[in-house]
Amino acid sequence: MRQNLRVFFVGGYLSYRALFNWMHWSYYIPTMLGAPIFQVLFFAYIGRYAKVRNDEFFVVGNAVQLSAMAGIYGMAMTVGGERWTQTLSQLMATPANRLPLFLGRALPLIANGIITSAFAFTVGWLLLDVSLSWSALPALAVVIAASAFACTSLGLLVGAMGLRVRDVFFLANFVVYALVLFCGVNIPLDALPGWMESVARALPLTHGIEAARAIADGASLAQVDYLVWTELAIGAAYAAGAFALFKLFELEGRRRASFESI
Amino acid sequence: MSRLIRLIWVGWKFHVKTLTLSGFFILTSVLQPIIFATLAYLMFRAGTREGTLLYVALGAGMMGIWSSTLFGSGGAIQWQRWQGTLEYSIAVPPPLMLVILPLTLATSTIGLYSLTATLLWGKLFFDVPLDVAHPLAFLVALPATVVGLGLLGLVLASTFIMYRNANALSNLLEYPVWLITGLLVSLSLLPGWVGPISWVLAPTWGINALRESAIAGNAWPEIGMCLALAAVYLVIGHFTLQQFERLARDRATLSLT
Repeated sequence: MRQNLRVFFVGGYLSYRALFNWMHWSYYIPTMLGAPIFQVLFFAYIGRYAKVRNDEFFVVGNAVQLSAMAGIYGMAMTVGGERWTQTLSQLMATPANRLPLFLGRALPLIANGIITSAFAFTVGWLLLDVSLSWSALPALAVVIAASAFACTSLGLLVGAMGLRVRDVFFLANFVVYALVLFCGVNIPLDALPGWMESVARALPLTHGIEAARAIADGASLAQVDYLVWTELAIGAAYAAGAFALFKLFELEGRRRASFESI
Repeated sequence: MSRLIRLIWVGWKFHVKTLTLSGFFILTSVLQPIIFATLAYLMFRAGTREGTLLYVALGAGMMGIWSSTLFGSGGAIQWQRWQGTLEYSIAVPPPLMLVILPLTLATSTIGLYSLTATLLWGKLFFDVPLDVAHPLAFLVALPATVVGLGLLGLVLASTFIMYRNANALSNLLEYPVWLITGLLVSLSLLPGWVGPISWVLAPTWGINALRESAIAGNAWPEIGMCLALAAVYLVIGHFTLQQFERLARDRATLSLT
């Protein structure tokens, strides 16, 4: 048990630091904080120009969506980076329990997602026409945490695919863009074609964004708790799927000796 | 002179072929713009602004050209650094600029896949009208835009030689340039101080040239501005590459990954 906790916390922390070339600020700030500012502004201004919805719609949608960025890219890079630096074989050869090994890597990314999201909310509040009441913030924090968890679970799934496919970064890009397109981040769900809305209901973020928008409009957490539970359930389902894929692709990787192919 | 043109031509052909063979690069050049174009089409459909979706299709395609230039120019330098071939590229007899320029031109050329993809996607699934009002001006605007962006890529690439984390700039610069060059949003909506910044960026004039020629209007002044800016970028790129190359040699940072 103690060993598993050590793998979970220490291993997760070290892996997270390694993600950003030992967390150099010159990489972290432009990527995790700089780009989100402009994403929020970009879509808010398109919204103004196309006369879709008000600024709040875009700030909430994009701020919650940005909680996905760290989780999905981070988990993809966790496995992809091991492959790139030719350490994936060694990682797979360790006797460490795979559950704490990979969940430990996911935990800092959830925290990172929450920070990015909070930062995007702040930027939106400062630069755009958004008014959020202070009393809504705790409920929003819960929703963002739930969404960050669900998205990091999807990231785990992408990371698991990284054991099988050589170019996991393309997959990560595709997943992030698909979330932006499908989950009602910038387009009202009822304006999407029916099949897209059905797909959106099975993805992380959709329910989180819906809950966050309701809270921003004055709803209490209790009024949207079913959306938060749905988001968490979707996250749990993706995490379970990811763990199964990790096990399967680890066996496959050993059989095909493909951990070192780049 | 003929050797110089030959070097650029051969280098451009080589890099276009190499990038075309990269599944990742092509899929990113095609898939990402299609996703953003779909997003833009749906947003404009959901909104109440009147106007042609061709305006949106061209803007989304141009977004792809910028992404391709931004990530291609910077990524290629980073890739060479990872492969350990950057030192050799710098040590060859021709000036570094003549080694890098064909590469940055090739990345913006590959961006034409994005424009083609978004236009076809729009035509097939969103009934975007593809009637070009002034075909000749459109055909001239395309290479002028590619040259403008390719030379802007040259300026960007010079910074990637100097700083090993400069590729973080690629992540940072994608959205702001999409926004302030008016690819999907009219510049009149943005604060006044954004205007002068947008004027010194080739995508602003490139998209205006494409829109003027495709929808209606006189595209030639915009084409001229695109080419004039390209000349300015060439001078700046030449200077910055020289300086950054010297600094990178002094500090021995070329091979740092």
